[in-house]
Amino acid sequence: MQSTAAVSVSASATASRGGARSEAARRPGGVRVCGLRGEALTCPSLRISQAPARLAVARAAAATNGAVAGSGGGFDYDLVIIGAGVGGHGAALHAVEEGLKTAIIEGDVVGGTCVNRGCVPSKALLAVSGRMRELHDEHHMKSMGLQVSSPGYDRQGVADHANNLASKIRSNLTNSMKALGVDILTGVGTIVGKQKVRYGKAGFPDKEITARNIIIATGSVPFVPKGIEIDGKTVFTSDHALKLESVPDWIAIVGSGYIGLEFSDVYTALGSEVTFVEALDQLMPGFDPEIAKLAQRVLINPRKIDYHTGVFANKITPAKDGKPVLIELIDAKTKEHKETLEVDAALIATGRAPFTKGLGLENINVVTQRGFVPVDERMRVMDADGNVVPNLYCIGDANGKLMLAHAASAQGISVVEQISGKDHILNHLSIPAACFTHPEISMVGLTEPQAREKADKEGFEVNIVKTSFKANTKALAENEGDGIAKLIYRPDTGEILGVHILGLHAADLIHEASNAIALGTRVQDIKFAVHAHPTLSEVLDELFKAAKVNSGVSHSVNEPVAA
Amino acid sequence: MTASSEFPKPSSPRFLRPPHCFPPPYTQPAKAPSPRLRPRALLSSPPMATAPAPLSLSASTLPARLRAGAVPAGARWRQARRGRMVVRAKIREIFMPALSSTMTEGKIVSWSAGEGDRVSKGDAVVVVESDKADMDVETFHDGIVAAVLVQAGESAPVGAPIALLAESEEEVPLALAKAQELSNGQPQQAPPAPTEDAAAAPPPPPPAPATPPAPVAAGTKGVASPHAKKLAKQHRVDLAKVTGTGPYGRITPADIEAAARIQPKSKPAAAPPPVAAPSVGAVPQAAVLPPVPGATVVPFTTMQAAVSKNMVESLAVPAFRVGYPIVTDKLDELYEKVKPKGVTMTVLLAKAAAMALAQHPVVNASCRDGKSFTYNSNINIAVAVAIDGGLITPVLQDADKLDIYLLSQNWKDLVKKARAKQLQPNEYSSGTFTLSNLGMFGVDRFDAILPPGQGAIMAVGASKPTVVADKDGFFSVKNKMLVNVTADHRIVYGADLAAFLQTFAKIVEDPESLTL
Repeated sequence: MQSTAAVSVSASATASRGGARSEAARRPGGVRVCGLRGEALTCPSLRISQAPARLAVARAAAATNGAVAGSGGGFDYDLVIIGAGVGGHGAALHAVEEGLKTAIIEGDVVGGTCVNRGCVPSKALLAVSGRMRELHDEHHMKSMGLQVSSPGYDRQGVADHANNLASKIRSNLTNSMKALGVDILTGVGTIVGKQKVRYGKAGFPDKEITARNIIIATGSVPFVPKGIEIDGKTVFTSDHALKLESVPDWIAIVGSGYIGLEFSDVYTALGSEVTFVEALDQLMPGFDPEIAKLAQRVLINPRKIDYHTGVFANKITPAKDGKPVLIELIDAKTKEHKETLEVDAALIATGRAPFTKGLGLENINVVTQRGFVPVDERMRVMDADGNVVPNLYCIGDANGKLMLAHAASAQGISVVEQISGKDHILNHLSIPAACFTHPEISMVGLTEPQAREKADKEGFEVNIVKTSFKANTKALAENEGDGIAKLIYRPDTGEILGVHILGLHAADLIHEASNAIALGTRVQDIKFAVHAHPTLSEVLDELFKAAKVNSGVSHSVNEPVAA
Repeated sequence: MTASSEFPKPSSPRFLRPPHCFPPPYTQPAKAPSPRLRPRALLSSPPMATAPAPLSLSASTLPARLRAGAVPAGARWRQARRGRMVVRAKIREIFMPALSSTMTEGKIVSWSAGEGDRVSKGDAVVVVESDKADMDVETFHDGIVAAVLVQAGESAPVGAPIALLAESEEEVPLALAKAQELSNGQPQQAPPAPTEDAAAAPPPPPPAPATPPAPVAAGTKGVASPHAKKLAKQHRVDLAKVTGTGPYGRITPADIEAAARIQPKSKPAAAPPPVAAPSVGAVPQAAVLPPVPGATVVPFTTMQAAVSKNMVESLAVPAFRVGYPIVTDKLDELYEKVKPKGVTMTVLLAKAAAMALAQHPVVNASCRDGKSFTYNSNINIAVAVAIDGGLITPVLQDADKLDIYLLSQNWKDLVKKARAKQLQPNEYSSGTFTLSNLGMFGVDRFDAILPPGQGAIMAVGASKPTVVADKDGFFSVKNKMLVNVTADHRIVYGADLAAFLQTFAKIVEDPESLTL
């Protein structure tokens, strides 16, 4: 893809570029930082573009951005995006592709949470923890005939790896936007009126611009419940934890969702003991119950982890005056005091809160709901009266629909499609999610209880099939046979409702399922797709083949292509 | 697509899976049964796909219902003194079974049988959650579940007793008393106090908790870290009785290990793993020499460790050696005759030794306690065999009674099993006399070390043409071999051994009796 982009781009750069849809702008494939479509706090790696392609695109795009502005009806920009995180970045790239003159306002660092304080650095830490875990698993090593003597780690080295990765991805992101000619405006953006944004230092927005369309993409910050005092040293959020300034002997992790689970993987691999504090009755409440149960067996029980469920951390005091970190636990239902934990550190991973203050939403009669900007299915912002605010959109964590980096980016692209005159509604059920523990967990679509509820309501049947990593050659070769894949589907139509995977490289495997859902491919069709042997993808291959559909006829693979 | 022609068809998972992974019929019915009709046999469904999830993970390596190893409580004691069978009250321990190769502890999900329930052999008594799956575990014996030692929700290490099974009503109180004893006393499975020896073990264990550390500032009210709690449960250590030495007086995993008297495991980024396994016997371990720079250290395999242990133990036995020259012309002749029938020299020598032993039972005896002779009722000849990376002694049982053809057949089977490392314990540890032959290498004489538990071992050298003068002064050339017997002088004296060797020599020099 990169190389073809380079050719087509340089050719068109010299050709006519006056049209609103220059060929060059439409195909900046070589530069597109597609790797950033990871999920919140868990972005996968980045595909680096080829340098010549980038230069060529830069020239072409710089000329293109704003080509339409002349006919923009007096607006400074066709599109202004507030927030240069992964969502804003995805929207900006697609906007240039669509020939829109685009600016992006960022008050902090380009890349937002994902790149600087989330998915990207955490992947670096998890890469380290995965290797540590492997090296320390004597049984595992021995069974492969390997001998390793006392592996250790250098904390600063690990921390540097995470930090270096974040800055590398950040500069890639910045360069890709600059190369395309997106104006990066530094400051905090505030909406002052219809199609009007002011930006500048916080509290002193001194520059004003107008835009035909505005996208709010301000993201989120770690949510810290009341009663918890953050000191950044012994009681902290993922923002601090990713810097890995210390590896405590014993750390309590408040919240057992993705973030907590990933950090438990990191900390236990580096030698810490972990205590989970979960408000709900079950660990990993967001996951399919069966996967959560298995995950508990694989990721929690054999490790130096214990947990308290059904309790709130009512009050957390940082370590000081010779006292450890104190965590007061109260019963989640009765609110009675249950226990006080004494630990060396506490990581608050209770979720994330939208970062929407100071956006000036009151100027346009928009009221946030628990901080989230209300939107419709097209990401159009709704005002206090329930009417669509024209030309104003909100994507990503700020709208709270699905707080994942790649969801934000997908929403951004959907908005740009609409701005460009093509109606588009994003199917959120086709957006995969992943948790990068060892082994990984990934999922797309509905969980089993959700699917059964829907089935009851709409009166259809639901079938479940499962396959095991234990039967997969590649997994066994890697000595990593733990894990299952689970498919939830409709036996009457073959529609895929959900897929859940726990196992080696689950995060990379989920896309076959998420693409099938996004494209509406049905089980009876996808089961004829061929998978290379021996690969982990055969786990999904078996899964699809195991599913039985009553309406047998395939429809999409009916014209064989001559080979 | 060239790949697909070279490899087994990937889309046919049956190829890739051992047959025993099929979920057995009596596991719980699948909650969402998905019919297994396939359009083509090639795409046949992986059978696991329809199994309940927990099983699908482990069913591939295991029978679904494991039989709990229930062994009579007195078994260990009885084993120690062979020959004196004692029938005591039948209270059996139900153990935590090993449900997978990686399982070290299991959690009791639920007890299918409660205290006081009568169960019969084959009944599922308990559901155990291993690292992989929930499994019904059934009992080997009929009886009454007298006491549940590990409650539902609790964990126990593999091999630890989880319940007591009484054979009859009368024995229930006895079993209860025993349960009491078990829960009060030190954990049974903890190794018998290696603490004294542990001092000599390579990595010094954490300071012995002889002097309780000075209490640390904050309150010492039994705060224990997650891993410490897990260990305490596993080893049945009462947290209330442990003094924490960690930060803020916290109980650390090391504290529990010290309390349970177990070797600390290495922690990430911590000290190197222990080099040698702690010696089990009472024999003091040799001091560990400093490492040689540039040398490669290869730890012993289990077999090598066992050899090492036995060799060191032999030092406690006062052994002596007696040699004897034997003319083998006739034996060689016989060998040529029976060789086509599959008889080997080893078998001939073993048979000869067995026949000699039959006449000299003291050489077939052993000294077990330093105070008595133990005369063995059978003559079982262990023959030392070098196998890849080790040494093992398959045993020709009743070598005096069986003919050489039968012995040869047995020997062939034993060697095959030894190479495949499939010998059963009684096939390598029941020897009463050992034969070691290095003749095939041209060794003319050597001396062997007495294995523990035996009275004598014979070392056989090569048979070589030698000039011999007979009593009339005539010289001739005969094939002669030297045998050398090492014996335990506590029971076998010089004259005994000499007489035995004389008999042996007679048999070998006139070997017709071997074929009888």
